[in-house]
Amino acid sequence: MSAKRHKQSPTSGGPLRSLSLHAIVVITALFVGIPLLYGVLGGFKTTRQLSSNPLGLPDPWVPENYTSVLASASFWRMLWNSTYIAVLTTLVVVAVSAMAAFVFARFAFRGREALFTMFAAGLMFPFAVAILPLFVLLRMFGLLDNPLGVILPQAAFGMPMTIIILRGFFRAIPGEIEEAAILDGCSSFGFFWRILLPMARPAIATVSVLAVVNSWNQFMLPLVVFSDDSLFTIPLGVQQFQGQYATDIARVMAYIVVAMLPALGFYAVAERQLVSGLTAGAVKG
Amino acid sequence: MKTTRPRSLRLRGFTTILLFLLPALVLFFGLVVAPILLAFYASVFKWNGMRGLPTDFIGLANFTRVLADEVFLGDLWRGLLLIILSVAIQLPLSLGIAMLLNQKIRGRAFFRLLFFAPYVLSEAITAVLFMMILSPTDGLANYILGWFGVDQLDWFADPSTVMMSVFIVMTWKYFGFHMILYIAGRQGIPRELTEAAQIDGATGWKTFRYVTLPLLGPTIRISVFLSVIGAIQLFDLVWIITGGGPSHSSETMAVTMFQFGFKRFQVGYASAISVVMFFISLVFALFYQRYVMRRDLEGASTVLRDQR
Repeated sequence: MSAKRHKQSPTSGGPLRSLSLHAIVVITALFVGIPLLYGVLGGFKTTRQLSSNPLGLPDPWVPENYTSVLASASFWRMLWNSTYIAVLTTLVVVAVSAMAAFVFARFAFRGREALFTMFAAGLMFPFAVAILPLFVLLRMFGLLDNPLGVILPQAAFGMPMTIIILRGFFRAIPGEIEEAAILDGCSSFGFFWRILLPMARPAIATVSVLAVVNSWNQFMLPLVVFSDDSLFTIPLGVQQFQGQYATDIARVMAYIVVAMLPALGFYAVAERQLVSGLTAGAVKG
Repeated sequence: MKTTRPRSLRLRGFTTILLFLLPALVLFFGLVVAPILLAFYASVFKWNGMRGLPTDFIGLANFTRVLADEVFLGDLWRGLLLIILSVAIQLPLSLGIAMLLNQKIRGRAFFRLLFFAPYVLSEAITAVLFMMILSPTDGLANYILGWFGVDQLDWFADPSTVMMSVFIVMTWKYFGFHMILYIAGRQGIPRELTEAAQIDGATGWKTFRYVTLPLLGPTIRISVFLSVIGAIQLFDLVWIITGGGPSHSSETMAVTMFQFGFKRFQVGYASAISVVMFFISLVFALFYQRYVMRRDLEGASTVLRDQR
């Protein structure tokens, strides 16, 4: 999204109008920002302080809530579980979808469109519809309380969107490049691996970021797959912690603020890919 | 930019195609298609889901029970309520803010980042944060309302306010996502068009009403689509905050299904609920794509191109 190209002409209408427009944006910013700020500051209070003085600055500042979260082994283990699951999910979904998208984009064969439509239709299946039978299947395969029981279904449900985005991108790569590669003796796999994937790097980055975020935030699937809490991911940990310390709200606040940091940090780094993936994906879906 | 279709489709060979497609087919059939078929199968049995496959065939009894179940009918009503609220309040808010943030406004980049930030937080974090903010006794919201002399609200504990509270949380979490879609859609509209309207003497509002809004049609229709599908599937937020209570007043279809499937072990009945959810989504999606989004292919690709 280039800001340079899209400078709009200034609002027509006087300074009064522009003032009221600013006011709307600022009020919305308060609606979004105050809950976040409340959490961050709340984590520095004691629960007593928090109920007597919800909005003000902590007095005195109490860092113990934060330090106790950061010192807890279970938090770091969940962070590791979430990371591990997100990375593996992303590798699986991107590898498998890129191969399929390659076929859908560059090969001509009977039934191609029908098959592609079938994958694309996967976008319309709500995850909640499948969760119960998925649980039964995973139990049959012995994948409950196993990270693969989360990784594989997440990858499978991420495929429709990934295939759609990658196929569009692979299609846009000119046929001449393919011809040249084949003339130089490249095999299909060589063309895919050495030419198509490197050229599609921006698209790969985009779908990877989407996959990481989706996996990171997934709640329902880990909830049913994991009963052993040493396998818990961050969203499960947040719910568990809230249940455990329901009355010590300052402590819970510190916990969720620390739990927000990886996602927000990732967002800060990968904002562009995330936004372009969501807009492209939404539009194509 | 014109998308050139690859001219040479000389890559052929059944084995190659199969090898490249096989992992995708296995994963998709094994973990997307098969579960949905299994849900259909299980829905005609009385089954506690314990092991093996169900044996106690009862025909369509689960479905007649679903359609007579007051909680489920309530789920439909609550789903509809969320859809109406989203389309009538949340999306116009997103659109309005997106238009404002397309203007030269101070701190524009900061506001965009801030408004979109809740979208990257998990539902679990959002849910817990708002449980504390909307806590009846020492929550922030009641404290602020106190300044204006408003009595303490019970937010999630009172059946008459719980859906409103859920909607507030949804708006906080998702309006930034729709805003981003609208911003992208707005940037796909050539400047010449709005400029031409202004030269013809259209005011800001008129330009928006007669030029920008119609051209945003495809983006709006997609955002409505996503919003409806999202409301049909709503689970995480409600499950964590209220579990569907008090006395079912915030239950959604997905929550009811989960209750029966994973808490009460009536897996056959819960499967029937899944199947009904599947049909509702499917019918809606087909209807919407057939009658509402049909004309959008052209406009939609404009948005896509802008992202490259």
